[in-house]
Amino acid sequence: MTNVSTIIGRLTDSFGLNLQLFGLTLLFSLPLGLVIALCAMSRFRPLALITKGFVWVIRGTPLMLQVIIIFFAPGLLELGAPWGSGASARFTAATIAFIINYACYFSEIFRGGIQGVPLGQAEAGQVLGMTRSQIFFRVTLLQVIKRILPAMSNEVITLIKDTSLARIIAIKEIIMMAQEYTAQGLIWPLFSTGIFFLVFVGLLTLLFARMEKKLEYFRV
Amino acid sequence: MPILEVSRLSKRFGTAEVLQGISFTLDKGSALAIIGSSGSGKTTLLRCLNFLERPDEGRISVEGALLFDAADPKTQAEKEIRTKRLNFGLVFQAFHLFPQYTVMKNITLARELLEKARRRDTGVIVTQEQVEAEARALLAQMGLSGKEAAYPHELSGGQQQRVAIARALALKPKILCFDEPTSALDPELTGEVLRVVRDLAKQKTTMVIVTHEMAFARDVADHIIFMDEGQIVEEGPPEQVFGAPREERTRQFLARYANEA
Repeated sequence: MTNVSTIIGRLTDSFGLNLQLFGLTLLFSLPLGLVIALCAMSRFRPLALITKGFVWVIRGTPLMLQVIIIFFAPGLLELGAPWGSGASARFTAATIAFIINYACYFSEIFRGGIQGVPLGQAEAGQVLGMTRSQIFFRVTLLQVIKRILPAMSNEVITLIKDTSLARIIAIKEIIMMAQEYTAQGLIWPLFSTGIFFLVFVGLLTLLFARMEKKLEYFRV
Repeated sequence: MPILEVSRLSKRFGTAEVLQGISFTLDKGSALAIIGSSGSGKTTLLRCLNFLERPDEGRISVEGALLFDAADPKTQAEKEIRTKRLNFGLVFQAFHLFPQYTVMKNITLARELLEKARRRDTGVIVTQEQVEAEARALLAQMGLSGKEAAYPHELSGGQQQRVAIARALALKPKILCFDEPTSALDPELTGEVLRVVRDLAKQKTTMVIVTHEMAFARDVADHIIFMDEGQIVEEGPPEQVFGAPREERTRQFLARYANEA
């Protein structure tokens, strides 16, 4: 019989994988989501249409399936092994799938936030001789961030729980680790994984509340 | 020579002809008021002057230099339009202050960005202190000294509009345009804004004012244009347009206002 502290230690280690996937996904999907949002709003119609079609496909299919496809497709298409080999290949593939998936969700939140800023703000910038990028970064962006924070906190909270989907390509994240004990007839490790998520989501909730508070000094 | 020459300006939205061959001139140091009912094209005309709308036909010249010619794409390059805009300032009906910036930053932001670009291009240095000192002087002129650190939502509508006027003046436009500057204000707050505009007129600021305040237009403007259905129906000095309008449409419009007032 394995002792409790060893089990908790191993669960904690495997939750590190969930956190890594979470962090990398956020790091890359936020800027990528902004790029996708700007493409979807492009006045160049073909680009806007292709982008919207892409977002539809990504949001319209299960993330779990996307992880599988990204991991296996290069091999099936005989494109070599772009993800490398072994555990790190699986993790790379999962991270890429997560980044693309979340970037698409974020892009829709960004698009809503950007379009929610009154047109007069950009026009005020224009008549003051500001460039398009100055208007975006100096005038619009912070107002967008303030508007989208509540929706973003939802997505980010969903993300940490979604990281468990990575076990579909045998990434030993926390639930997969716990299930090994379930297979040995020990059920409590699986149940206890909920606590890891709960605590982390609690921290995220506090963090978002803090950010919202920080932006309370102005009204949009 | 007039500072502003607008010639045969036309603008369509779909099938609606919002402006139909508008021509007028404006002398340096004078104030032009444009009156007319809603939908007569007044605001679109201002937006064309500020390049927020692109006219389908016509030309705009400032100080004899051709800024815009609908027939000449070379005059419409995005980058140049940005510089050309700076000939004009625009005060919006709904202020459109930047909510995340203080009053001071609202006034200085665009100027700082322009000075930075100028330093890069010409080496001319205008210090931050200078920019802020000028902003403070403008605020004093607007009767808003002490409001430097306030955020827009902490101000009344009349105060916000006066900050917006200071923001437009900070770039030293040759021609300052007002788009119904008091229409979004509670009646008791219009006075403070009109007073500021009146002071600007006394200091010979060149202005184009779209307004529904007839008494104010009559009082402050050197020249009145009455627009209806995208055309200039009548223009002339205020005594003539208000005192002895020649056109039937002008008379009807003014009578409607007199009844409401």
